[in-house]
Parts: sequence; C-alpha cells; structure tokens
Amino acid sequence: MDFKNSDTIPGPRTEDRLPHTAEAAVKIVIVGGFGVGKTTMVGSVSEIRPLTTEETMTQAGIGVDDNYGSASKTATTVAMDFGRITITDELVLYLFGTPGQERFWFLWNGLFEGALGAVVLVDTRRLEVSFDVMGRLEERGVPFVVAVNTFPDAPRYPVAELRTALDLPEEIPILDCDVRRRASSRDVLMTLMRFLHALAMKGALT
Amino acid sequence: MTPPRRQRRSPGPDRPAAPAPPRATAKEDELPNPERLFVIGGEGGGERADIDLVTLIVARADPPVSATPEEAALLRLCAAPLSVAELSAYLSLPFSVVTVLLTDLLAKELVQARAPIVRQKVADRNLLEAVMHGLQKL
Ligand SMILES: Nc1nc2c(ncn2[C@@H]2O[C@H](COP(=O)(O)OP(=O)(O)OP(=O)(O)O)[C@@H](O)[C@H]2O)c(=O)[nH]1
Ligand SMILES: [Mg+2]
Repeated sequence: MDFKNSDTIPGPRTEDRLPHTAEAAVKIVIVGGFGVGKTTMVGSVSEIRPLTTEETMTQAGIGVDDNYGSASKTATTVAMDFGRITITDELVLYLFGTPGQERFWFLWNGLFEGALGAVVLVDTRRLEVSFDVMGRLEERGVPFVVAVNTFPDAPRYPVAELRTALDLPEEIPILDCDVRRRASSRDVLMTLMRFLHALAMKGALT
Repeated sequence: MTPPRRQRRSPGPDRPAAPAPPRATAKEDELPNPERLFVIGGEGGGERADIDLVTLIVARADPPVSATPEEAALLRLCAAPLSVAELSAYLSLPFSVVTVLLTDLLAKELVQARAPIVRQKVADRNLLEAVMHGLQKL
C-alpha cells in the first residue's frame, strides 16, 4: 500500500460510515472448515461488503513465549472475513468468519472469549472437520449453535442422529440453513441469540 | 448411512479428536503442546494497548504534520467511528500492526477508543434483546 498518497486509500463509502453515536460493538464468530459457506453467510447478512482482516502467525521454536530470537521460524498470514450489522445508533454487531481448521484463531485471546457466542457451520459431507472446533469452544466455555449448510449433494441426517454423532446435549440448537439466503442466515443468528438469552435467564435464576 | 461420530477431547495435551483435515505437516501434531508453536504478532513486543478487533476508534484531531503516512491514513479513516477490524482491512495491515499504530495514537491522544462489550458470565439480557431486535429488522 502506498501510504504516501494516503488521501487515496479507499475508506468506507459514505453510506457505510457508522454514526458518531456508535458507542460499542459486540461480535459473533462463524466458525467452520474450508468452503463450508462462512463468507457467504457473512455476506448475506452484512450491511457492508464483507471485508478481510489478517494477522501474521509466526511459527517459532518450542517453549518460547517471547524473545524467540532467530531460531528457524516462518511467518504465515491468516485471513478472516467479516461483516457488520448496525443494531441501534449506539450498538454495532460484527460477524467474523473464522476458518476453524486453523488452530491459530483459538490462540487469539479474546477472539472467541469476547464474542457473544459462535455459530459452528457444518457440511455433512465433511462433518468431522468441525469436531475439533466444537471441542475448543466447549473448553473455552463459548456458547454455540450448529448450523448445517445444506449442499444439494450432501447426505441429509435427522437432527437426532446429528446430535448423537456430534455428542451435543439436547439444549444446543442444531438447524439447517442455506447461507446464501439472508433470511436463513438471519434465522441462524436469531437461534443463537435466543439460545444465549435462555442461558442468561438460567444464569439469573441460579 | 450414519454420520461419523465425534469423540470428546480428553483433557490434557492438545490433540485433534478426529482425523484432522490435511495439514501442512503431520509432525507438528506429534509435539506435546503444539499451541506453543505459534506466536501472534510482529517483532519487538513492547506495551500494547488493550485493543479488540471490534474496539471502535474515533479520531480526536486532524492528522498533525508530524504524523507518519500510516498514521495520517488511519486518522482520516476514523473521522467517523470505525472498528479496528475495518481499519486493518482498509489499510491492508495485519491486526497486530494496527494495534501498534493505535497504541501510539492513543498515547498521543489523537484517537479515542470505545471498548467492545464482551461476553460476561451472566450475559446482559437487555443487550441480547437489543441484538435480537436489530436482527429482526434485517
Ligand atoms: N449449493 C450451495 N452452495 C453454497 C452454499 N453456501 C455456499 N455455497 C457455495 O460454496 C462455496 C464456498 O462458500 P464460501 O462462503 O466461500 O465458504 P467459506 O467457508 O468462506 O470458504 P473458505 O473461506 O475458503 O474456507 C461458494 O462457491 C458458495 O457459493 C449453500 O448453502 N448451498
Ligand atoms: Mg471464506
């Protein structure tokens, strides 16, 4: 990027600017394997064209937290798409589409923990790529729902069978969706929110 | 046909529970704690402000003449509130690099940071209801 001409850096379009009253943001993470439909889902509900943020991942020697010196290390860039939904004049919701097979994302403190919750997007042709992700969310106490993106040639399983296969308790919602449709993606997010709300009610009672 | 079954992760060393998707090397899985292999961010370390991807940043002033081109670009972008994720996207800079820039700009009081609302043990029901309301309008 040529910062010398920073006047020319394309910023948000006028209609994509947030109001000055925007006070705080919340986030939801959409996590799933390669090609499961994360970007499509973000795009179908986002009010802005999905954007990409990236981070540099450094592979360093074992047991080194800092000062890892010049020991052989390789830097990789990992990218994540995101979109935005303005909730009120004060509140903004961001959706991050995070490749679940990259363990790196789970090391990013606060990416998942700070999120209201997560959507685990699965493709029944490759159910097993989401197993690891679910374990990691459980470990971190991040509430999630499972959305099955229904590809035409994918096997269809009854929800009960999926629940058994995924070893998920009854209260965790599992639903079908077509992430290309805004209404369907919104339903997935609403299901997550209702689930979070039910958890909050339960928490308030105990 | 039945779907493959998930085995719950056993506590302890971090191991994938299921046949993992193809990875660059099989070797890293054999290491006792692969999580330690990865270090986020650039070189140098130093103090970083507590900045989230969805911290909203607002410029408090026009870019001073002393501003670097990166700083000037960033300040122009956040004339209206903008998340750090969006700044990273528009500037084509990694999140950690934007964090470093912002730490400096915050110290110079050239920008204001509006902290995100993160998930609490007991979630704020009013907040959840506001989000549901917003989604319903979509
Ligand atoms: N038939 C069908 N195709 C879909 C659906 N969702 C996504 N696709 C297509 O599947 C492909 C992958 O979708 P993406 O949204 O790019 O998936 P992704 O998870 O972001 O992929 P990566 O970022 O590469 O991991 C695209 O060509 C989509 O058009 C769906 O619900 N049904
Ligand atoms: Mg994608």
